[in-house]
Amino acid sequence: MTAMITVVDYRAGNLTSVQLAFEHIGAKVKITDKASDILAAERVVFPGVGAAESAMGNLRQLGILEALKESVSRGVPFLGICIGMQLLFDFSEEDGGTPCIGLLPGTVKRFRPSDPADKIPQMGWNAVTKAVQHPLFEGIEDQSEFYFVHSYYPAPAERSVIIGQTDYADVTFASAAGRANLAAVQFHPERSGRIGLRLLENFCRWDGKC
Amino acid sequence: MLTRRIIPCLDVRNRKVTKGVKFQNNVELGDPIEMAVAYSDGGCDELVFYDITASAERRPIDIGMVHEVAKVVHIPFAVGGGIETLEDMRRVLLAGAEKVSVNSLAVRNPDIIAQGAREFGSQCIVLGMDPVKVADKGRFPSGYEVTTRGFRERTGLDSLEWARRAEALGAGEIVVNSVDADGTRDGFELNLTSMIAMNVRIPVVASGGAGTCRHLVDVFTEGKADAAIVASMVHTGEFTIRQIKDELIAAGIPVRKKW
Repeated sequence: MTAMITVVDYRAGNLTSVQLAFEHIGAKVKITDKASDILAAERVVFPGVGAAESAMGNLRQLGILEALKESVSRGVPFLGICIGMQLLFDFSEEDGGTPCIGLLPGTVKRFRPSDPADKIPQMGWNAVTKAVQHPLFEGIEDQSEFYFVHSYYPAPAERSVIIGQTDYADVTFASAAGRANLAAVQFHPERSGRIGLRLLENFCRWDGKC
Repeated sequence: MLTRRIIPCLDVRNRKVTKGVKFQNNVELGDPIEMAVAYSDGGCDELVFYDITASAERRPIDIGMVHEVAKVVHIPFAVGGGIETLEDMRRVLLAGAEKVSVNSLAVRNPDIIAQGAREFGSQCIVLGMDPVKVADKGRFPSGYEVTTRGFRERTGLDSLEWARRAEALGAGEIVVNSVDADGTRDGFELNLTSMIAMNVRIPVVASGGAGTCRHLVDVFTEGKADAAIVASMVHTGEFTIRQIKDELIAAGIPVRKKW
């Protein structure tokens, strides 16, 4: 059965690579900025790059913040990517402090490397160590590398929501997190080659249960 | 641990990959899309496409080719050469490129870096620079002057000052392509690379001179590079990405091992 993926467009970056990656694995993609489409979705992908404050502002302006929460509470498989992961937490340090959606407990912090050789943003491939067995990572070896581009990282307030972890700039951060039907990754599976596509295939097959 | 990136560079002319020495005597090497897929499957970490004729002949960017690449290559890739406006950047990024690289445009109009970073995010904006070694340390304290347009024009800019300025303007990454080392396969210009890398806080990609796996080891140790561009040494089939990575692993340099 062909997976139907609804990708949320909230003017936070370029959605082409997300769309092309899902299409490459045979999924059908609908890109939308409408609450009604999000509420009707079988699977929601919440991607994005950019700054937290303007992204939250866009969600409010488009009137889709409540639809996202409603979609998660209904049990629809939901995948946050990059800034789309960060916005799911309670609060981000970015832009002088930005209250976020609050579907996952914790904050988003800025990398403050002690070694200037640790460049900001973290840009490139880094390993994800599995914290739990999660359907999203089925068939993906532990310590597989994914492509990251980010200056801020999620710091969950509860260990139970951590799915995978990554080391950078003196911290071990949650590079994958979630609970129940909600999952989120800090890296870009759509830019992470065959292993990233495998994660997206897993999402297309996921029933939203862990 | 963040791994060091190996980035094959594909110079494209009329939809054929070419390679020359110091932008001269170009020969055709193959189809850019087939080569991109082969490198991606072979474990490269990123790709960069330069439409080298675009800058010299003022031909528009081949957006169709960018989109064809994006459909089949699911790792990051950058496009440079021929970007003249913010609108060009938008078209290239919307076609599926992860990054755009500006070089001579940024020299003529440095504010394009700031505009691009504001509009699309710093992570999308790469500054490409082609420094050449110069004797006049009074005018060029770094010892390197920035050139443009396929090394044909001098700019009067000091390479280190230009790198710092690009960082301040919002560039997300800097590709340092040594004019003196380009195409020689005699090794990267390590002094140049390390000087830039140690004086900016954004990633620095070394380019020009890769000929053996040892050169890659050197550029990540002595050269302090975050990523390195390879061309002839892999285009000729003499080395594979796997061979390069095996040698880097043996030298204790973190690289992506599974793909």
